[in-house]
Amino acid sequence: MPKRIFSQPGDHIESRHPVTVSRYRGITRLNHWVTAASLIVLLLSGLALFHPALYFLTRLFGGGQMTRWLHPFVGVLLFFSFLLLFLQMWRLNLPRPEDRTWVSHIGEVVRGEEEKLPELGKYNAGQKFVFWAMSVLIVVLIVSGVMIWQQYFPDLVSIPVRRWAVLIHALAAVAIILTFILHVYAAIWTRGTIRAMTRGTVTGGWAWRHHRKWLRELAGREGGGPAE
Amino acid sequence: MTTDPNLDSPRTAVSNPPVQPMQANLGPGDVVRASAMPDLPPPTRELTPVAKLIDVSKCIGCKACQSACAEWNDTYPEIEENVGLYENPHDLTPDMFTLMRFSEYENPQTGDFEWLIRKDGCMHCADPGCLKACPAPGAIVQYSNGIVDFIHENCIGCGYCVTGCPFDIPRISQKTHVSYKCTLCSDRVAVGQGPACAKACPTQAIVFGTKDDMLAHAEARVEDLKSRGYDNAGIYDPQGVGGTHVFYVLHHADQPSLYSNLPEQPRISPVVEGWKGVTKTLGLAAIGAAAIGSVLHGLMTRANKVSAEDEIHAEELVEGREPPVPPGREVL
Repeated sequence: MPKRIFSQPGDHIESRHPVTVSRYRGITRLNHWVTAASLIVLLLSGLALFHPALYFLTRLFGGGQMTRWLHPFVGVLLFFSFLLLFLQMWRLNLPRPEDRTWVSHIGEVVRGEEEKLPELGKYNAGQKFVFWAMSVLIVVLIVSGVMIWQQYFPDLVSIPVRRWAVLIHALAAVAIILTFILHVYAAIWTRGTIRAMTRGTVTGGWAWRHHRKWLRELAGREGGGPAE
Repeated sequence: MTTDPNLDSPRTAVSNPPVQPMQANLGPGDVVRASAMPDLPPPTRELTPVAKLIDVSKCIGCKACQSACAEWNDTYPEIEENVGLYENPHDLTPDMFTLMRFSEYENPQTGDFEWLIRKDGCMHCADPGCLKACPAPGAIVQYSNGIVDFIHENCIGCGYCVTGCPFDIPRISQKTHVSYKCTLCSDRVAVGQGPACAKACPTQAIVFGTKDDMLAHAEARVEDLKSRGYDNAGIYDPQGVGGTHVFYVLHHADQPSLYSNLPEQPRISPVVEGWKGVTKTLGLAAIGAAAIGSVLHGLMTRANKVSAEDEIHAEELVEGREPPVPPGREVL
């Protein structure tokens, strides 16, 4: 069996007529949705304490005290949940030469003219950007967040450091929300993507159109031999 | 001396309280600023600004102010170990709103040993960093007489006031998870009585009245100290926070840090200003723009759809019949 370059264990052609391709295993999907739910709770509870106009969001969590209590715990959950996703995904998100070409043709990406773009592995440069942005921002957020976690770490850092931590936490939070919007929007705009994280499969046409090297590798591995 | 019940605030702490029934003030109509409430209605009246003056040169370190504070506020500071310091408790706590801080100073000019005792506690800044940082609507209020007060039922215990305060004053209780500090005895001042600490002070190192009266008194004290050889005596009423409603007479006003690290130039940290100012406004605007922009893009442009041709190509590929590569196509 040839070595995997563009795919990871679990990715395989699930059916041939029509072609469906398994993109994410059940455990990965569960992992993704735990991370997503945590991020949404963090976003709502964090925004509630970020701007007075959004303080009403604390009612979703049972008031200001509960929101203040809950937010850091969900942050810890998100950190570990994302860590598991990171371990599964980092290798295929390493930059490759075709990413540069993809980025230089970003106009065609936005217009959906994918026939003018290079063939890609499991992730395009945009997806890789989201992955690395999330990875870096989550580390920044957990580190700065622990520094301002009043209930358990009131004296961890000095007050001047705490001021920087709270500013950096706010800036990183804005950045991660923007990344989150990009991630959700791209998944919706690129039709046929969301089922990869719900059912776990994508259509062959989707894989051909967006991640042809990945599909090629999987087709090659099937290669008429006995089924995996 | 008795206090006139018709005055909007007591003019002294030493007099007995008025005996006639009087309306308590410091209600919602007296609030000039409240945390996380940018659209607060203007106050219905203006109270006379009050202040507490702490004349460090008169303090004998007896801690009567601390005792009176704990008694009036019904707090029970934890009994701690003696570790060889005069401070007791070791620091401000959620149950100790004011603290005598003792520093030993060898004056290089005179060779004298000086015992500098400063009553620490909330300064009641005109521009309060705690109030600016607080995310909970109405948890911190500033009355038109200058008192900055924590409204505990609105407090969420996040500790942002600690981050915002230039003087390291608020303390969050691990039991009730709300923040505490000196109230300037707002509950006494509201009914014509001066703060408990000022009432208890045996040397009148702590005095209370209108800010104007207290400044005039402080100036007289500074003059007296200068005549006694304290050339650098002066008033500590830091303008970086807009002046304070608790302020000091210091014998070494040129070196406030001698007094247990009293800040030289206190102000709300620019980091806090940046966090609560431009970050908050631009951050929310960027998030809003991104959300609206993506909805508009979604409505006004065509989505990226997989075609029937793509599906056929995929089948051909999977069946091992490689579709032809279109000319000019980059293969990397």
